[in-house]
Amino acid sequence: MSTTDESRRQSPLDDVARWLDDRLRLAEGTQRYWRKAFPAHWSFLIGEVALFSLVVLLFTGTFLAFFYVPDTRLVVYDGPYVPLQGQEISAAFDSTLRLSFEVRGGLVMRQIHHWAALVFVAAITVHMLRVFFTGAFRRPRELNWVVGVILLLLAFGAGFTGYSLPDDLLSGTGLRIGYSVLLGIPFVGPLIGFIALGGEYPGTDVLGRLHILHVMLLPAGLIGLVGAHLAILVRQKHTQKPSKKATNTNVVGEPLFPNQTLTSLALFAFTIAVLAMLGGLFEINPVWLYGPYEPFQVFAPAQPDWYMGWLEGLLRLWPNWEFTILGLTIPSTLLPGVILPGLIFTVVGAWPWIDARWITKDHEEHHLLQRPRDVPVRTGIGVGGFVFLLSIFIAGGNDVLASNTATGLQTISAILRVGTIVVPLLIGWIAYRIAKGLKENEAAAARATRSEPASGAQQ
Amino acid sequence: MAASDRRPPRTPAGGRTKADQWREQRKREDRAARWAAVSFLVAIVASLALFVVYISGGQAQLEGLTLFIAFGAVGVGLAIWVRVIVGPEEIVEDRYPMRSEDADRDAFEELYQSTMGEVTVGGRRRFLLRLLTGAGLSLGLALLIPIRSLGPGPRNELFRTEWGEGVRVVDEEGEPLRPEDISPDQVVTVFPEGATGSADSQAVLVGLRKDVPTDLRQPTVEGIVVYSKICTHAGCPVGLYRAAVGELLCPCHQSTFGVYDGAEVLSGPAGRPLPQLPIEVDREGYLVAISDFRVPVGPSFWNLTRGDGA
Repeated sequence: MSTTDESRRQSPLDDVARWLDDRLRLAEGTQRYWRKAFPAHWSFLIGEVALFSLVVLLFTGTFLAFFYVPDTRLVVYDGPYVPLQGQEISAAFDSTLRLSFEVRGGLVMRQIHHWAALVFVAAITVHMLRVFFTGAFRRPRELNWVVGVILLLLAFGAGFTGYSLPDDLLSGTGLRIGYSVLLGIPFVGPLIGFIALGGEYPGTDVLGRLHILHVMLLPAGLIGLVGAHLAILVRQKHTQKPSKKATNTNVVGEPLFPNQTLTSLALFAFTIAVLAMLGGLFEINPVWLYGPYEPFQVFAPAQPDWYMGWLEGLLRLWPNWEFTILGLTIPSTLLPGVILPGLIFTVVGAWPWIDARWITKDHEEHHLLQRPRDVPVRTGIGVGGFVFLLSIFIAGGNDVLASNTATGLQTISAILRVGTIVVPLLIGWIAYRIAKGLKENEAAAARATRSEPASGAQQ
Repeated sequence: MAASDRRPPRTPAGGRTKADQWREQRKREDRAARWAAVSFLVAIVASLALFVVYISGGQAQLEGLTLFIAFGAVGVGLAIWVRVIVGPEEIVEDRYPMRSEDADRDAFEELYQSTMGEVTVGGRRRFLLRLLTGAGLSLGLALLIPIRSLGPGPRNELFRTEWGEGVRVVDEEGEPLRPEDISPDQVVTVFPEGATGSADSQAVLVGLRKDVPTDLRQPTVEGIVVYSKICTHAGCPVGLYRAAVGELLCPCHQSTFGVYDGAEVLSGPAGRPLPQLPIEVDREGYLVAISDFRVPVGPSFWNLTRGDGA
């Protein structure tokens, strides 16, 4: 077989590559990264799912942007959706309906976009849990952890501005709540609220502003920071699970080409496939059923997109503590709506430093991953914190719970108020005990094998 | 085939020769290649089907389904390709500590000192650097000013609504209401005449039962009470009325307000009662407001109790 002749056969691609290299001196750099090692573990692919969801979001979002009109001026609906025919609705809501019912492929694009947003935040969250519980955020990766936390915040922002755009009854209610929480910030709240909306609620400019945030500023931030996230990753190389081969001074894994490239492409295709299936077959945010936004209308039960659920739950569960000292009123939304979320994000963002300073007391550079049992205190706090977020997320659906369990709303809320404090503490403590037990058993087993060197040598 | 050649030879096991294993491996790869080919063919067919669906008018479910099959099949084909045909491969890369070598650090520090020395003329013109920093910071602050253009500051908007002395109470259609139109337990969303649909003036009128004692804060017409419809918690319309217990319920965060007790908060996160609109009946027999709400409506804010200074 004359494989050598075949492989030297010229292809147009070779010519392009040579042409580019003649001008850009690419061979050296490409060679170095062509075989970059990617540790092969499924949990390393979760972040990629987030990345691919973002790509889907950018493409479907661009399509939607060609049709969406960020305008609250009223028009008379004359489209094919019978229940709303002849009704005065905003141009924004009208364009969303047109996109859903009249633009060919519009509905599937809109639904894929919405599903992709949900999956995007979900993948970021799971990726973050993986990084947290394996200690992958430790030095030298503190910076990339912070970039990741900011990415999560931007994803929240992009999600909230996005689902506020259609100007339907649900999104308008969400905006109203957001504005009210802003309004409650001492001294500057009313000013911030007025500046955000261009005047007193509902303002005149809010859709235009949300639109420019949603299609320009937030995506620019997301793309820029994802770029930084990946650049830092390449610079610092991957972490890896310790093994006989994998040490703190090497990276053991599959090469970028062909293995990782094909794996990632397959994952990309699967991500698009699942999002297309969700977008095609599972209705999401049917704004025509909610109807256009009227400030005096509302429907129940009303839940925001899932990633807002924990904020919603905090607002619902927080006691009605509102007081006025020396003429300064502290609204009952200030703590659960502003201070507590701010505190949670600050602690999460500062976690690498908290972890190094108070938990592991370890400021060295690490490239090997830990198991949850290796640092029981971190695992306990992480599990407890996660269960806390989960329980206030559940509280975001207290009305649904109440109607589905035929229990009174007040009873449910009372249970949840106690539960969100007690259950996370309990489960966090159990997680800590389990991790500690596993760690101690291992240490004991290791001591036992060390103390029997003779039998070890015979094996 | 190239992949199997690259792999290190395995030790013979179970009496099979290396040649046998090699043949088996080849067979496995051929089989995998066939499946990958089938997958890519399915992707082609599904993509063509998507074209057909689209050209014949489009249908959301079929579009999603064909896209799912097309991309899913590409994914399956690629996965077979990388897992079976290419096969696993492990490489080891070296890693170095992130910190630069001491020599590099020192060299750069020297370079920095000497070039900064040139800029500040041996440190004697350092004040220029400080002033430039100051100029940069001031300019940065100045560039924040356009943000202020985004909206007017609050004046008295948060303290005022469209209600006022003698303003008629109208329903969603703009029709004025008479007390005799209202029956017990009836709930009507009302507005000041001429401001139907207003976000901050929206109010809820409730017909009261005669046999329940009331404890209200403002003068009202017998058998009727009007409260601001904006929840004092986070501003949602207080849209539900549980007539049996006389409670207005906000569907957003489930604050409940006692209609017979001056909209006192009975449960939930709201921090203060719904403001009550003082009402009376005018000479023509229609419901009118005696004045605007006497406290600000809607979610609380920091200078709520200070008034608007007017």
